[in-house]
Amino acid sequence: MTDLTIAVPRGALLSGTLDVLDRLGVDTAEVRANDRKLLFPDAGIVTMRPSDVPTYVEAGAADLGIVGKDVLIEQDHRAVYELLDLGFGRCSMVLASVDGEDAAAEALRRLGVMRVATKYPRLAHRYFERTGRQAEIVEVKGSVELAPLTGMVDAIVDLTATGTTLRENGLVIREEIVECTARLIANPVAHKLKATAIDAVLETLRAG
Amino acid sequence: MTERIPSGTRDVLPDEMRELHALVERLRGVFDARGYGEVSTPTLEYEATLTRGDLGGATPAYRLFDEQGNVLVLRSDMTVPIARVAATRYAQAEPPLRFCYAAHTFRGVRIHQGQAREFLQAGIELLGAPAPAGTIEVLTVLCEALDASGLETYRIGLGDASAYPALLDALGVRPERRDPLLHELVTRDFVGLEREIHALGLPAADAELLLRMPQLRGGPEVLAELPPVMADAAAGLRLVLDGLPVSARERIIFDLGLARSLGYYTGAVFDVYDPALGVPIGGGGRYDELLGRFGRPMPAVGFALGVERLHMALAGEGQ
Repeated sequence: MTDLTIAVPRGALLSGTLDVLDRLGVDTAEVRANDRKLLFPDAGIVTMRPSDVPTYVEAGAADLGIVGKDVLIEQDHRAVYELLDLGFGRCSMVLASVDGEDAAAEALRRLGVMRVATKYPRLAHRYFERTGRQAEIVEVKGSVELAPLTGMVDAIVDLTATGTTLRENGLVIREEIVECTARLIANPVAHKLKATAIDAVLETLRAG
Repeated sequence: MTERIPSGTRDVLPDEMRELHALVERLRGVFDARGYGEVSTPTLEYEATLTRGDLGGATPAYRLFDEQGNVLVLRSDMTVPIARVAATRYAQAEPPLRFCYAAHTFRGVRIHQGQAREFLQAGIELLGAPAPAGTIEVLTVLCEALDASGLETYRIGLGDASAYPALLDALGVRPERRDPLLHELVTRDFVGLEREIHALGLPAADAELLLRMPQLRGGPEVLAELPPVMADAAAGLRLVLDGLPVSARERIIFDLGLARSLGYYTGAVFDVYDPALGVPIGGGGRYDELLGRFGRPMPAVGFALGVERLHMALAGEGQ
């Protein structure tokens, strides 16, 4: 379709992203068939870990990228254009703690501060600041649900689609922080120098 | 053991130094031929001087106290110091005044983002030359300087900092409701912009205009798409384009959404892009009200190029 290079997130947003690319006329067959290869020059696709998408787009290694709003909020300092809400991959960023009496509220009441594990330290920090509560943010890299179960923290801030993983680990949602969907982002220089191609993409996607 | 240096700073060794030096010399040659006299100003300024400039995203990051307890800053910008020079050392001089510089400036960084804390800027300031003539001269010099540097595929995005506020005026959006919109614009979030525009509850056609206008970019044909309320901005940009030499005209991309992070811009604004680099190489614009804050009101325009970024783009083009 175009000469644009697109950063595609592996993981939960991959299949929705490839469906979007199909609508743009990009040949995604090779990406669908191959989950180890990273670079697909014929299709103009680079695949990567979701949190790396803004990095590649900001640097201009990709012209466009598709990424969850959660990642964009966490990396709000990235100089990228957020062009379109793609609507798929809908998730909630939530504050959750172990079922029963809320350990986080109890810690806040008695100790004045709650310990919160998350993969989104900046987002969590800003949320507690905005809501006027003191929180000690503990950054973890994976399986956030484990942190309150071992007693390391009082609560977690994490992304959930259906709440199944939380439930299976005996956690309940205490607060919904923000709804997140997949977004189309663009490198600022490409946005100017490849305006026609990028606007054509936007038009196709807006037309549904 | 290895002694460290602060993140965002670096040592420049002879091979690179030779190239940077040659690059600055080429830029200087153009500035000089065009009658721009080079000035050097203190690396340290009083904080009160720099903050008078409304630096927005380029607010000084490094402060220290002198012996008397005054707050000093490492300069984060060269335009404001040169405005100060013009207002104090050239208080009686007949405009226009032409100055150039090649100097290090300092900004705050986030670590591990490849951002520079200290960087070399080369640029010009043309004081006392109103639009469109002054803007045309500065854009012409900008293109000559980039040509002299050897950069081949660069383009210049040209917009107008007053265009969006003018549109908001025309649509009757009250000043206190504008900040959220301008915030989304400066942070380049069109999804957020759409949300904020809908929150205003404007008629659908007006909302559509507010959303679409900052996404307009391209050749002169985009000026024709502007609504009647923006006729002034369109005519101003058209005059600038028509006044440029053909070689410079071909470099221009109109960009109605261009919002530079510096707060002092009042009219035409521009950014320099090259396909070889994912970030702008430099930029500039009109700051017709800045000199007034130093007691010498006059219209002014200028640009700054990031010399290290220009060097990177040249290396990128060469590959």
